[in-house]
Amino acid sequence: MAETMTIHLKVWRQAGPNESGSLVDYTLNEVDPNMSFLEMLDVLNENLVEEGKEPVEFDYDCREGICGSCDLMINGNAHGPRPLTCSCELYMRNFSDGDTVTVEPFRSQAFPVIKDLVVDRSAFDRIIQSGGYVSVKTGQAPDANAILVDKEDANTAFDYATCIGCGACVAACPNGSASLFTGAKLAHLNRLPQGEPERRERTVAMVEQMDKEGFGDCSNYAECEAVCPKGISISAIAEMRRNYMKAVFAGEEA
Amino acid sequence: MNLDPKVPDGPLEDKWSNHLEHINLVSPNNKRKHNIIVVGTGLAGGSAAASLAELGYNVTSFCIQDSARRAHSIAAQGGINAAKNYPNDGDTVWRLFYDTIKGGDYRSRESNTYRLAQNSNKIIDQAVAQGVPFAREYGGLLANRSFGGVQVSRTFYARGQTGQQLLLGAYQSMMRQVHEGKIDLHTRHEMLDLVIIDGKARGIVTRDLVSGKIERWMADAVVLCTGGYGNVFYLSTNAKNSNVTAAWRCHKRGAAFGNPCYVQIHPTCIPVSGHYQSKLTLMSESLRNDGRVWVPKDQDDERPPNEIPDEDRWYYLEDRYPAFGNLVPRDVASRNAKMACDKGMGVGKTGRAVYLDFRDAIERDGRDTIEEKYGNLFELYENITNENPYEVPMRIFPAVHYTMGGLWVDYNLMSNIPGLFVAGEANFSDHGANRLGASALMQGLSDGYFIIPYTIGNYLADADLASAGKDHEAFDEAAKNAQDHIDKLLNVDGDKSVIEYHRELGQIMWDKVGISRSEEGLKEAIEEIQDLRDDFWKNVRVPGETTNYNKYLEFAGRVADFLELGELMAKDALQRDESCGCHFREEHQTEKGEALRNDEQFSYVAAWEYQGVNGELKEKLHKEDLDFEFVKLKQRSYE
Repeated sequence: MAETMTIHLKVWRQAGPNESGSLVDYTLNEVDPNMSFLEMLDVLNENLVEEGKEPVEFDYDCREGICGSCDLMINGNAHGPRPLTCSCELYMRNFSDGDTVTVEPFRSQAFPVIKDLVVDRSAFDRIIQSGGYVSVKTGQAPDANAILVDKEDANTAFDYATCIGCGACVAACPNGSASLFTGAKLAHLNRLPQGEPERRERTVAMVEQMDKEGFGDCSNYAECEAVCPKGISISAIAEMRRNYMKAVFAGEEA
Repeated sequence: MNLDPKVPDGPLEDKWSNHLEHINLVSPNNKRKHNIIVVGTGLAGGSAAASLAELGYNVTSFCIQDSARRAHSIAAQGGINAAKNYPNDGDTVWRLFYDTIKGGDYRSRESNTYRLAQNSNKIIDQAVAQGVPFAREYGGLLANRSFGGVQVSRTFYARGQTGQQLLLGAYQSMMRQVHEGKIDLHTRHEMLDLVIIDGKARGIVTRDLVSGKIERWMADAVVLCTGGYGNVFYLSTNAKNSNVTAAWRCHKRGAAFGNPCYVQIHPTCIPVSGHYQSKLTLMSESLRNDGRVWVPKDQDDERPPNEIPDEDRWYYLEDRYPAFGNLVPRDVASRNAKMACDKGMGVGKTGRAVYLDFRDAIERDGRDTIEEKYGNLFELYENITNENPYEVPMRIFPAVHYTMGGLWVDYNLMSNIPGLFVAGEANFSDHGANRLGASALMQGLSDGYFIIPYTIGNYLADADLASAGKDHEAFDEAAKNAQDHIDKLLNVDGDKSVIEYHRELGQIMWDKVGISRSEEGLKEAIEEIQDLRDDFWKNVRVPGETTNYNKYLEFAGRVADFLELGELMAKDALQRDESCGCHFREEHQTEKGEALRNDEQFSYVAAWEYQGVNGELKEKLHKEDLDFEFVKLKQRSYE
């Protein structure tokens, strides 16, 4: 591995939601392979500030792959080339000296651009608001061991509950569908005895909210599963459809 | 300054229930007439907002992230303690209380810490009811594991993502109340000032981080849940946006700051790799259940770690603390790692790391068991370092992780400003001079689910609130203050970047106000911070505009506040002329190098009153004496 590398960047710059944007070229020398991708962008920004130019805006917070803030389309891949990785967990050793790297926002009709690489993902919050919870108030809970939960169910629920709400699934989907995000929350809650009583209402409400927000339909491309940094399975989508069909068409009360 | 802790009378175990029996209530009809502001949506803020809204209050909630789900509680890995005693290993509320107060080196309030232990069990019940997928046994019951500083298994966990799962539970409860119309949620909003009318907290001023607009919000009470201030060190395990601004601006409005020098340095983080480093990544302390910490006995040993036989390894924690071994509390583990590296025995390129080795655990339990327990942490480590911890020992080094200090609060979690409540890491309570593992999640949720919802009613029931509107002169003044500060930052127009200032401040703090401190170093730090702050206001360059999304501007405001807080931390560490918990003064140690307390003189909470900044930060020290009625103060020992 080279000591340091030269990286050519093409970065999406857009001054505001209603402005038009374009890709702008920058070149960075002396990129350390042990830098994270976002640290590389930090260096770019420090250079831009020094030159009296405006830095590139991008979202980030925890920088360890759990908060779901970072959301970069890197060379056309949501979160870049490495599987099971957030943008912040991507290291420059995954690139080679002299590479050209394109950096764009997560694009979707339902994720309007705020500035440069920053998008508005509040549609996800509204999907959760429509039913992504168990209706239990503080203080109403029985003893934690009063209801047994099968270990396998608990493990599977956990696998779906690891969704970080980053939106990579939407950005990667040719239809801009939020089915994996929505399906994952349903597969988490619907599977547990605590979530079962509201299964039908929750499923219908969340699927309908997803449509209202302007996300597309799922056509089984499975691109979402391929880019999901948490490796969430598209079985969630099949489960969501089954539950939705049952609720709407098989006479189950919605 | 009134620092009455308002601890209820009676035996320790009855204080909270007695208090609840006598507390003022607000009737359901009247609750809907009260507006409450909750700032922050982590475990404390999320749980408080949801619970208050469920009770019928009108809640307005704010967070700086683009979604309430992204607050930094999400990153907590290891677990959450509760005194359920499901493993039948002799745990009780008293033991959890005692471990916590001992772990904090007897520098917390007995009554608060006891209540935390009492609430612990209800938190687990609540989280399970929300669908939090905790680890389970084959019989379908909840699983537990042990954690540093204790001898029972009382930690509940969801693989290495317990904070994420608990936060999503609180967030989902919050979203339900948003849907019900009981919470008015504002994301990408940063609190810049507190508004006080007739001596009571009545609102806040925020900046909309997208439009840059300064906005005014009125309420009958304000609950601050804005987390800790570890990022004063620049490099820490905190998320990049974590900051002290909301708490600091309240401090400047008169809220006392308690024990600012109490900073926890976490022993198991991934070491620094270069100058560009923007943050440090924590490896959960739970790893110390199975990993063994060591360095080569011979500092010139060039062999790869796996080729170094046991007789040439120094398992220094097992050697020095046979009873607790690798599970000593965090402060002890951190100091020992520094000690080994200071002796030149550190490993890796920089010599600022020690090994955490899973070889023996893998031999004993099999790779599959270790993978089930720690799989995601091992992957995280390998991705960052390019080394496989199943095959070569991890390299770890301490990093700033948590701040026990924070705004002073009484037993009701109300600051000395009536109507300003402070919960979670943002307050100073419960953990004393050191926090035990798996206790932060517990405290955030205890405060938010089970304390604030009661105590805020007690305040509102007989608070005599003046009728005032957002056009009150106090709002005008606060809004102007916030805008002036922003304009001032943009107008310096110097040539040095905000990040460079932050990095320099962090280096001063790490070197002189970090793992170990001395009178000489602290005095130097105070001067250096004053000089740096002075330079900042002359030479900082903040690009862009105030009227749109501008992250550098946000950071500039936060760094400006850190440059003041850092000086207060050094001053606090200087006045506390003893060692206790994480606060290690080199002048005060036992023969074995352990923290040596001075209970006669320092058994108090240091509560600082802001008096202005003009070259020097002026702060007045007040003391809340800590009375230990129920536990006997002992030299902490983990041998």
